[in-house]
Amino acid sequence: MPTIVVLVKQVPDTNAKIVVQGDRVDLSSVKMVMSPYDEFAIETAIRHKEATDGTVTALTVGGPGSEKILKDAKAIGVDNIVRVWDESWSDLDSNALQSILSETILGLGATVVYCGKSAADTGAGSTGPGLAERLGWGNASNVIGAEYSDSVVVSMPVESGVAKINVALPAVISCDKGDFKVRKPNVKGIMMAKKAKVELMSATAPTSSINIASHSMPPAKPAGKTFEGGASASQVAQLLRDEANVL
Amino acid sequence: MTNMIVIAELSKGNIHPSTAELVTAAHAFGGEPILVVPCTDASIADSVQSLSGISKIIAVKSDVFDGNDSSGWASALDSALPSGTVLCLATTRSKDVAARLAARRNISVVQDVIRIDGADLTSPIYSGKANQTVSVSGDAVITVRANVFDSAGNDGSCDISVVDASGDVKTAVQEIMQRASTRLDVSEANIVISGGRGMGSPANFAHLEAVADTIGAAVGASRAAVDTWDEIPHSMQVGQTGKTVNPNLYIAVGISGAIQHLAGMRSSKYIVAINKDADAAIFQHADYGIVATWEEALPVFQEALSAMLG
Repeated sequence: MPTIVVLVKQVPDTNAKIVVQGDRVDLSSVKMVMSPYDEFAIETAIRHKEATDGTVTALTVGGPGSEKILKDAKAIGVDNIVRVWDESWSDLDSNALQSILSETILGLGATVVYCGKSAADTGAGSTGPGLAERLGWGNASNVIGAEYSDSVVVSMPVESGVAKINVALPAVISCDKGDFKVRKPNVKGIMMAKKAKVELMSATAPTSSINIASHSMPPAKPAGKTFEGGASASQVAQLLRDEANVL
Repeated sequence: MTNMIVIAELSKGNIHPSTAELVTAAHAFGGEPILVVPCTDASIADSVQSLSGISKIIAVKSDVFDGNDSSGWASALDSALPSGTVLCLATTRSKDVAARLAARRNISVVQDVIRIDGADLTSPIYSGKANQTVSVSGDAVITVRANVFDSAGNDGSCDISVVDASGDVKTAVQEIMQRASTRLDVSEANIVISGGRGMGSPANFAHLEAVADTIGAAVGASRAAVDTWDEIPHSMQVGQTGKTVNPNLYIAVGISGAIQHLAGMRSSKYIVAINKDADAAIFQHADYGIVATWEEALPVFQEALSAMLG
């Protein structure tokens, strides 16, 4: 029976407008949600559990405010919810975050870890492969489907099409949006999640070698040229060749 | 001074031209790089022998580079590379390899860099709604977006040394289902033409494909189109929950310009918008806007492009 861990992260709603105040992003009036790809990771993890009779633990690294997404994960159907945090942590770099995660995952005795292919805040996508390297495990990224046995056979896009890849366990699997529906919480799940207890854990983190110097808005584009009517398309084609030099 | 190392990007067994951009990026960070060419056949390194601004070329030969297993790639590269700051291109595979290589060496990875000013690295966050600049101390692995830095020149001549390496492969390909279409993927193309729900039906994407064939573009779609029509696969989706693209030219047809979509394409060098609604948000981001239905504009556009390029 596999011990399955799914990593979740709290991020600003992807429909939110992002504002920079001074030289930092101001998220004070932004709704925070679970990173969208994490929902596919949870679905893939729960299907793994259903196929093999294991347990699923949702794990996040974050302050008390991030417990909401753990409750959301619980309402969808994970068994346990764990939050790892230390008040001294801020601006964790990839090295520090992956150290925390690998220590926690070894402590939980996980045989497989699922996560989103990237988080909707940084979009970096480093956690899955970096964590696997630290643990000495295999990994697969951008996974759009999975079949479960002693190993996991994943589907992922490659240069020439879609590959089916056999990933021996233990492994870390990063999930993209798949060709399947993700389950939504039902009333019973939501009630259970309200009562569920978040398990708090701690870990040691190496000092970050990356400091966030500043945030800024992307430079505004100069106003473009607008034309009326379909006939202007030939003029635009010429501008693309002669002015923009992109054809 | 730490070593600067550029890892050449492989594409279909050859060296991707954006490798020359990585050399320029390495100089912006602070030094003349060693160019490392992962390969199964060292002769592919000949194509970069004349790149300017590199100190030497190491062709790292290993069977692992024939596949996609990131553990195999990272372990083979790690064994052949000196310590230092490593740059590679921000492609799907190289981002995975970069993350592994950094973890293997207990150093940090910074992904999707679009500006380098010494040890200050800027990357888009929130899918390009803002930028983040970080300062790096010590060695790091850095992935750099394509089409951002100028290419290094071509008047050098470097010796190539060949090193054999082996890697620790942890996954096995069972089968590959070949893609039916030979069309470019949106994340690889220099020109992308995308359709939204304004196309009216998935069958009308054939008109976008016709333009795409004329100018060598990939065909993309908005989230609204992908969610509405089963015939439009998620692999075509450009936007925050789809692919982020950075082409020289992005043509948005029947796309209103929701923040979700803008996040995936706003860094394109030139943007053309065709939309019948003059108030559509996409026009605020377009270099060239055409207020018209696609039925009116696309045939004219197609004819003009064919006449120019045909």
